[in-house]
Order: sequence, then structure tokens, then C-alpha cells
Amino acid sequence: MNSAKKHKVLEVQQLSIGYEKRSTPLLISKDIDFSAHKGELLAVVGGNGVGKSTLLRTLAKVQPLLQGRIAIEGRDIQDLNLRQLAQKISLVLTEILPTKNLTVKELIVLGRQPHTNWIGTLSEEDIAKVEHAIHQVEIVDLLDKRCYELSDGQLQRVMITRALAQDTDIIILDEPTTHLDIYHKAKILKLLKDIAHRSNKLVIFSSHEIDIAIQLCDNMLVMQESKTVHGSPKELIKSKSFDHLFPEDLILFDSNTESFKMKS
Amino acid sequence: MITSNRYHLPFLGLLLLLVVCVIVNIGLGSVKIPFRDVMTVLWGGEIEKETWQYIIQNYRIPKAITALLVGAGLGVSGLLMQTLFRNPLAGPFVLGISSGASLGVALLIMGSGLLGGILTSAITSHYGIVIAATLGSFLVLLLVVVVADRVRDTMAILIIGLMFGSITTAIVSVLAFFSSSERLQQYIFWSFGSLGDLSWGDLGIFAAVVFLGILLTLFSLKALNALLLGENYAQSLGVNIKKNRLSIILATSLLAGSATAFVGPIAFIGLAIPHLTRQLLNTNNHTVLFPAVVLFGAILMLICDTIAQLPASQLSLPINAVTSIIGAPVVIWLLVKKRKMVF
Repeated sequence: MNSAKKHKVLEVQQLSIGYEKRSTPLLISKDIDFSAHKGELLAVVGGNGVGKSTLLRTLAKVQPLLQGRIAIEGRDIQDLNLRQLAQKISLVLTEILPTKNLTVKELIVLGRQPHTNWIGTLSEEDIAKVEHAIHQVEIVDLLDKRCYELSDGQLQRVMITRALAQDTDIIILDEPTTHLDIYHKAKILKLLKDIAHRSNKLVIFSSHEIDIAIQLCDNMLVMQESKTVHGSPKELIKSKSFDHLFPEDLILFDSNTESFKMKS
Repeated sequence: MITSNRYHLPFLGLLLLLVVCVIVNIGLGSVKIPFRDVMTVLWGGEIEKETWQYIIQNYRIPKAITALLVGAGLGVSGLLMQTLFRNPLAGPFVLGISSGASLGVALLIMGSGLLGGILTSAITSHYGIVIAATLGSFLVLLLVVVVADRVRDTMAILIIGLMFGSITTAIVSVLAFFSSSERLQQYIFWSFGSLGDLSWGDLGIFAAVVFLGILLTLFSLKALNALLLGENYAQSLGVNIKKNRLSIILATSLLAGSATAFVGPIAFIGLAIPHLTRQLLNTNNHTVLFPAVVLFGAILMLICDTIAQLPASQLSLPINAVTSIIGAPVVIWLLVKKRKMVF
């Protein structure tokens, strides 16, 4: 991608994340620094419990940050109200839907809520955006199904369509590939890359599929308890950022095959 | 592709059914009045028999309007609670509103008896009971709102509401244990519910409160739809959870609290109407569900009241029992027939 055309949309400076307890805040991770552009696919990787979900939730302002600054197009997210934020960031979460009786169509239309009036009337633009999203993710045949009729992979694609219909510059996905087989994992991640590059959006997702992420992503954020590093997969391999990601008693990162191998 | 008008026909049908139910409800009662005369009075005319005119104008019409308001109000508050707590077992009284009202009335009827006969004349009066019920439900509600403001987790509010309910029910049984049989009977009669006690003046107040609750609901519809995805998704769609939660709780207490204050604790309607509506229309979209629930609630309540009157007899059944006897089999039948619960 031509760097001159890059449009910086997200900037994170000296960010500390964690949970606010009454006396002492529980710090999960600190000194997170990176910026990201439109049309970029960014993976957040790291071991269990290292703070990937916490970081994503903090970016989306679902939980407050402890220190530092998050800015979207130069504006601090603290200054944005919920509706303004909902027009900038859409989310795909891991949580199970409380009602699976919605039709796919109804679910995707809900994505337009930040743009509709007080009672949620759809304008022609809203309908056009929804139809565009439906065609881009190729789920036309699922439209009239109800969510309980869908497989995990189909439901995930529907949730991504909903986020796409929300038409935000940034889409954040928390572990979008869990519970999926390797083919559908690849399919979802390929779709995300497609969305980032073709629709010129910043797509941030957390994942345990480090191997696939290395092959697909423009940039990666490698989170460890001690530090968080940001860079392109090639740079990160060169700087041996993956080598000490996990305890080294069982698996090792092999930089030739760009994947983890069992220790022999 | 996206929008559809497939609900126009059902709504037309429901509206027609409602009109029929209102007319039948007014037409039937313990005194047999010819249908022609009933219609004449309804159109604002005069009929020969003044007693009939009086019965229709000052008893049957207010009672029909009361049934309509109670059914619509309880139905909507049930819908609000089921969506807010995303729990099909929630009803208008999960927050302890009816137990609060019961406590107020129990304190008035049975408690004052224990303290001595200072307030005796006030107790038996209709207004005394309405005020006691309002105060009772308002106090419980106030506690719930204070708690709701402190608690992040909506499910915790549900449990806290149930706990308040248990406490008040327990206090009522303690009061019942120590009170005389006449007082106890008076309290139990109140708990049976009665639609026929409202004057036109009461009705004005009741209608105004219900209107306010409906208005609040109207402005929560978009948030309710977003809440179908859970609170985190709703927030990511720009919904202010705390603010909307408060207005939903407020709307529920206005609707369910006023109904309980004026006609007593009416069971079942609030729980069943939203299910009935979802099963029949097969949708979760609140902009469709809300008006349908209003109509269904009013219709079912009118039917129950018509049956409770036991037309052409001097007897009448307690409305609170009829709603369950008629309503529960309908819901069971629907669930068995469709084999799948729509929620």
C-alpha cells in the first residue's frame, strides 16, 4: 500500500489498561503505543490472560482506560459521546446472543441504530448500506433464517455483516475465530482482510491463530506481560518478538516456517 | 428486501377484535340490557330506562376502559421487563411493585386494626386503599432505582427485586397472622382484584399515568431492540444503558404500579401477553411488538372481565382468578402447538 495515501485513524499513546478497583487499580498491561490506518488489518496476539480482550474493550470504551490516550482521527475518545463513538467503532464480541430468535435481516439492520432517528426508521441510505454489507459478505441466502438455525461460522459472518452495516471506520473483533474449524478460521480472516483492504476500514481483531495472522495481517500487536510490541509480521519475526511469547518448555517459534513447532 | 408491511393485516384484525370486545363487554352484565339500547347509549343517545342508562354510563363504560388500560399497561410492562432482563420468566411484578402495593394495603387494612380504631373510617374508603397501594409500590420502586443506580449488573437488579418481594410477602403474612378474620377477609378481597370500582375521576388519573408510561416506552423502543443483543452490543450501538434502564424501570412502575393501585394485583396478564404476542406474530422487533402487546393486553383483559361477570347471572368471579384460568391454558396450548418458544 502506498504510504502517502495512508490515513491515520487510531492513535494509542502510553496506554495502561486494567480494572478500576476501589483502592488500587488492577493493572493488566501498560506502555501500549501504536497507531493504525484505514485499510489496515491489525491482529492482537498473545497468551491467555495477557489482556487482549481488555485492550479491545478499552479501545471501544466499553471499559475506562487507566492511563494514556486513545484518539480517533485526532479526537480523544473521552470527548466522544456514545452515539458519536458508535459511528466510529463497531464491535463483534465473543458473548452469546441472549435471543437467537432474531432473523439475520433484523440482526443486521440493528447495526444501523447509531445512524437512525429516535424510533429507528430506516432511510434509503440505511437500506443501501445494509444491502451493500450483505452482498460484500455474501450471506444473501441466509437473510430469512433465524439465528438459532445458523452454524457458528455462519453466525460469525452475520455478526461481521452487522458491524459492516454500522459503517464505521474501525471494526473491532474479539477472537472472531474461536469455535471454528481451520477452514472457517481461514475464511473469516480472509473476509476481514478483504473488508480492511476493499472497504478501506481499520480492522482490529484478537486471535490465537498466530500462524495465519502472520500470513494475512498488515500489522500485529504482540502482547506480553512485560511489554507490547507493534510492527509488521516480517519486522516482528526479525526482532524475534514471537520467540519468547510462550513458556519455552513445550513449543518454539520456528522463523523459517513462520509457525510454532513442538519441541522435539 | 429489508422493510416489509406484513403486519398491516394482523393489526387491522386486532383493532377490529378490540372494538368487538369493548362492545360485547359493555353489552353483557348481571343486568340484561337489550343490545339496541346499549348501542344507543354508546353513540351518546338517551334511552327510556334511566337505570340502564346509569348502569352503562357510570358502571360498564368506566369498567371497560379500566380493563383496557389495565390489560395494555400490564402487557407492556411485562414486555419491558422480559427484554430488560432478557428473561422469559420476568413479568411486570419482578421488581416487587405488586408486593410493595400489597404491603401498603396490608398495613392499612390489617396494621391499623392492630394499632386501634383511629383510622377505621379511612381504611374502608376506596381512596385509602389506592393511596396505600401507591405508596407501597412507590417505596419499593424507590429502593430498586437506588440499587439499580449502584449496581452494574442488570441481573443483580432482578434478584434484588425478587428479594424485596420476598421480604414484603413475609411481612404481609406476619400481619395476616395477627389480624382479625374480618380484616383478613377485607385484605383478601382486595387481592382478588376488581375492575369495577373506578369513577370517571379515578379513570382520568389512571389514564394519565398509563399514557405517561406508554410515552416513556415509546422513547425506549430503539434501545429495547438493541438490548436484544445484550448490554455490551447495545452500548456499542450508542445506547446509554443506565439511562435507558432507568426509563424502562420507570415506565414499568408507572404502568404496573397504577394498575395495582386502582384494581389490585392482577396476575398473569403481564407475563403472558408478551409471550402470546411473540408466538402469534413471530417477531422480536419492539416497534411491532409494542403496539401489538397494547392491543392484545386490552383484548384479553376485556374477555376475562366479560367472563368474570358471568353474564345473565347475579354472581361474578374474582378477576384475578379468571385471568389465570383463561390465560394460562392459552399460553400452554400455543407453546405445545408451535413446539418452539419464540423469545
